[in-house]
Order: sequence, then C-alpha cells, then structure tokens
Amino acid sequence: MMKTIKGIAAPLPLANVDTDVIMPKRFLITITREGLADGTLADLRFDNVGQLRPEFILNKAPWTRATILIVGDNFGCGSSREHAVWGLRQLKIDACIGTSFAGIFYDNARKNGLALPIVSPKTRDALLQFSSNARGAKVSINLDNRTITAGEISVVFEMDNATRTSLIRGSDDTLDTLEQAAAIHDFEATLDDSMWVNVIQ
Amino acid sequence: MSRTLYDKLVDAHKVCNLPDGDMLIYVDFHIMNEYTSPQAFSGLSAKRLDVWRSEAHLAVVDHVNATRDSKPHDAASKLLIDNLEANCIKHGIALYGLGDPRQGIEHVVVPEQGLVVPGMLIACGDSHTTTYGAYGALGFGIGTSEVEHVLATQTLRYKRMKTMRVIVEGDTAPGVTAKDIIMKVVHVVRAGGGNGYAVEFAGSAIRDLDMAGRMTVCNMAVELGARAALIAADEITEAALKGHPHTGQFAFKGENWVSDPEAVFDEEITISGANIEPLITWGTSPDQSVPITANVPSKLDYVSPKAKAALERSLKYMGLTEGQSAQSIKIDTAFIGSCTNSRIEDLREAAKILQGRQVAEGVKAIVVPGSAMTRIKAEAEGLRDVFEAAGFEWRPEAGCSMCLAMNDDIAMDGERVASSTNRNFEGRQGRGARTHLMSPAMVAAAAVSGHLADVRDFK
Repeated sequence: MMKTIKGIAAPLPLANVDTDVIMPKRFLITITREGLADGTLADLRFDNVGQLRPEFILNKAPWTRATILIVGDNFGCGSSREHAVWGLRQLKIDACIGTSFAGIFYDNARKNGLALPIVSPKTRDALLQFSSNARGAKVSINLDNRTITAGEISVVFEMDNATRTSLIRGSDDTLDTLEQAAAIHDFEATLDDSMWVNVIQ
Repeated sequence: MSRTLYDKLVDAHKVCNLPDGDMLIYVDFHIMNEYTSPQAFSGLSAKRLDVWRSEAHLAVVDHVNATRDSKPHDAASKLLIDNLEANCIKHGIALYGLGDPRQGIEHVVVPEQGLVVPGMLIACGDSHTTTYGAYGALGFGIGTSEVEHVLATQTLRYKRMKTMRVIVEGDTAPGVTAKDIIMKVVHVVRAGGGNGYAVEFAGSAIRDLDMAGRMTVCNMAVELGARAALIAADEITEAALKGHPHTGQFAFKGENWVSDPEAVFDEEITISGANIEPLITWGTSPDQSVPITANVPSKLDYVSPKAKAALERSLKYMGLTEGQSAQSIKIDTAFIGSCTNSRIEDLREAAKILQGRQVAEGVKAIVVPGSAMTRIKAEAEGLRDVFEAAGFEWRPEAGCSMCLAMNDDIAMDGERVASSTNRNFEGRQGRGARTHLMSPAMVAAAAVSGHLADVRDFK
C-alpha cells in the first residue's frame, strides 16, 4: 500500500453498521476470498429483485467512484467474518474514516490493506458534510504523518503504530511472525506439564 | 504490583514484544469452524507452511449444517463441510464433524468436552469466543487471516486492551436470567461502548450464576464491543471442573485467575441486580432493549435529530409503531438455540414454561439443542417430550441454525422471530427478518402467548 490514500469519499452515516450488513450470509458459502464485490452492502445497494437502489449513496454519481467511506460509530460490529473486509476491498474501498471500529473488524482490515483512520465525532461530522458535496469530494489520507486533508479540513487521525506500519509496508504478518520462531519455541519450553498445554491429546 | 485477571492472562501468554509495538501472545487452544477457516488453510498452502502444533486445534462443523437432518441440505454447504474435513485430515487436526457424538455449536461443545480450564488462552474464528471467559480463560474471536496466523505460528499479534469492570450487585428477581443481565449491560454500556476493552464481570449477581449463565453473559459481551470477557474462577468453576471426567484431575489454582483486590480498571460500571427486569429487544442493535413491561420508545424519548432518525429507521425495519407496548408485539416464529442459549440449563428453563401449555395458533416454534450430547441429555430428562407436546419442533441435529440463518433455517421477509440468540441485526435471520432477542424462557412465553409476554406471568 502507498503512504497516501486519495479518492472520492462517500458519507455512510449509519451507526452500528454490522458485518451482517456489510456482507450478508448468503455470500459466505464459499471457500475462496474472491467474488465478494456484489455481496458487499448488498441489501443497501440492491432491492429484493436485485435492482440498484437509486437513492443509495454508492449508486449515485459521483459516489459510484468512491474509494473512501465516512462511516458512523462502531462500524464493523458483530460477526468476525473477514469476508466483510475482503468485500469492501473488492468494491475498491481503500479506507473507512470513523470514530470507532469493532476490534475484530479493525484487525481484519489491517490484514487486507484497508485503512481505518479514527477521528473525533466532530471531525467525522465535518467529513460527512464535506463528502455530501455532489461535485465529488476528494479526501486525502496520509499514513506517514497521520493526517487527513479534505478541502479546508486538515486533521490528525489516530491509528496505532503497528497497524500503520503494516499498512505502509503491506507486510505479511504470518511470514513476519515466523521470523520469531525461536522465541515461540523458547516460550513453549517454559510451559509446564499442566493440563491446559495438551488439552487435545 | 496489583494486576487485573485480564493482565495476568496476557502476561502469562506473552511470547515477546515486537518492534512495531505489538506483542506476540501464545494461543493454547484454537477452534475452527467450516466457514471462517477455508481461506486460512488455502493461505497456508499458498505460502507452503505447515501447522505449528496440530494437537492444539479443534475443528467443529456448526454454522452451515442443516439441523433437520445429519446430511448437508445443499451442495454449497456440503462443499464447506467436506473442505473442512479434508483440511483436518491433511493437517492432523481433530474434527467434530456431522454424525460425531461430540458435534455441536463450538462454544457449547468445548466446555462440554472439558477442553477449557482457567488460565487458558483460546482463539476462534467466531466473535462469540468471549464465552470462555466464564471459566477464567481469555477467549476472543479472530478473522480468517488470524486463523492462518495461529495455524502457522501458534501465536497472534496482539495489543493489550483497556480494562473495564462491570459489577452487577444484588440479587436478581425471579424470572430474571443471565440473558437479561447481559442484555441490561449491553443496553447500559451501548453497542460500541466496549470497543477496545476487556471486560471483567463481577458482583454478587454474577457470582450467583451457574457456569451456563456465566457463559451466556460472557458470550454476549462481544455485543458491546468487548474483545474479551472474564469472570474470576471460583468454587463454582472448580466444582464444574471437578465434576467433569476430562478435567476432574486438573490442579485447580483458582486464586491465580482472579483480579488482585487493589487492581485498577480503566472503567468501572455498577448495575443493580434488583433493578433488572426480563428484557426484549425492539430494534436492530442488541442495545435497543426495554423491559417486557415497558413500551417501544418514541421520538419524544430522544433529543438529537440523529437519534430520532435512527429510531425511525429501526422501527420501520422492525414494522413497529413508536410507543406501542412490548407485549402487543405479535410473533410468527419462536426460536430457541445458539451459542448464547442452547445448553441443557436453557432448555430446562424453557420447558418449565411449556409444561402443560400449547404454542399459540399460527406460531412456528423450533428448538435446536446446542450439541448432540445436550440433545441426548435433554431427551433422557424428558424435555423433548415437553417441547413436542407443546408444539415445538425438536431438531435432531445441533448447529447455529436460525441464529444466523446460514443453513436452511431462514426467516422470511417480514417474519417476526422471538429468539434466544445474540444478534437482532437487519437481515441477520434472513433478508427482512425481524428479530427480538430475549431469554429462552421468554421465548417459550412468547411462543405460547403468540406475542411477546412476561415470563413472570407464568407460574
């Protein structure tokens, strides 16, 4: 991933958007990560017969080209399904800016290059307002110095260092951790014979 | 230095600090299901990695399987189930598959098989892994990339959470269950109020709960955003372990797995147990609940335009009128099941209400025991007879079923369900389905009444 994410932002002000809404269960019966773009936010984007809902923000120009979402509180709550993040990425979303994210969703996002900058409610509301502009509101997120620029708005966002580093490097956590194999073996050597170590025989 | 139970658990599992600020923590035990693990196994294959310690993992089929029958109901679910089996065989991982006498909902079967003890760290690709906090173990849900990470390294990259203590003090009234306690907590702390926190539950109302009740509380703690839920190990925990063939010999050191008396929490909330009533949700978030004696909120109850708009949206989806009484809400379906409330204790509570009564005309009522063992035990106790005599459909197989409708138990558009489950999100039980969360006894009361009803009116 690049150090800067730029794009048109779309306002999605609903609070508590859960991962059932982001990726309804009927799209989960799969053994791959692919093919999830159509499932993403499906019940908000499409009606019961599969027609686009013209009133939904991502179905309206210029937000059909949005790559950044400005989201309500507690975005990504509920089920651990990483399919929600895979789907947002396949829908070309690079970042969601919000006030708070559910923990599992936050960690899943990091693993898939989806940036989740955290801002104050006041800043979020200003960004919601800014991104409602039908001429296409461009937002820029600089991961290096943790700033969001949007028109007159320029604010510092919150993101823990490990997540920020991982996003910038696009690193593979599994392979990185295996470099610590010696430390893991050392830890295992300290485990005594108590039952919980070998609970499955 | 005084430490919280959470800090003790993290410290005991810390492998090392990482340069980026995270730490590596060791996972004692990892549980998988058929729907969040396939891409983790394919990730291993793509990276040509082996499983670090295959005996530390268990796979369970529970999310997509039909519960009417022991065979998959369609080709897509069969693919997921077969895929899990093939991955387990390839990597030497234990599997509780369809037809296995130990099969059931993962968070029901793990304690049932005696696989959780205080002090463990348990991860699983399912958000309700917080359930294990009932045993003084640190359990939390992870995504599929992290499932791959645990398989390959037996560790996770981890950030220490802030700590919150929720004290529920004072006896609860008859008819008030563990489900009502946690629904009250979710209502008070709100849906995202626990984001970034590990929550420890304390107080006399928590200590008085049996293990099943404690699991219900810790299970739904994730609905307030808590990444971990904990209850200190005590004599009730010890008795549960001693009474189980698999953990009977476990050297119980409960004193190790409690918060120090002087430990300081980042947040502390106290709730009066005596003030908790049986609750029902009226909206589309688990924190949108009212006592069964109360009314659905109206716009007058809110000040901000945003809150009024949110209320309007929820009520529209739920097909309710603002201010209508909770007990005037008529139901189409009653569902008892899920990792929150499908244990033998839950079935007994519901059966007490159903004894000698009939499900109301036009209501479809289903009960899915949480595991094969739970079902057999319930049948031996005569509970199946009670449920069936009342008009409930008794499912022969265990699974998540209509809690998240990944199998063929899908509620229809507009169908209203009184449900002993954990989430009332839009579309959770089916596209357009309307979910009301409540305790299993309250579901039974609603089933026989045809509308939401107060369990305390049933003697």
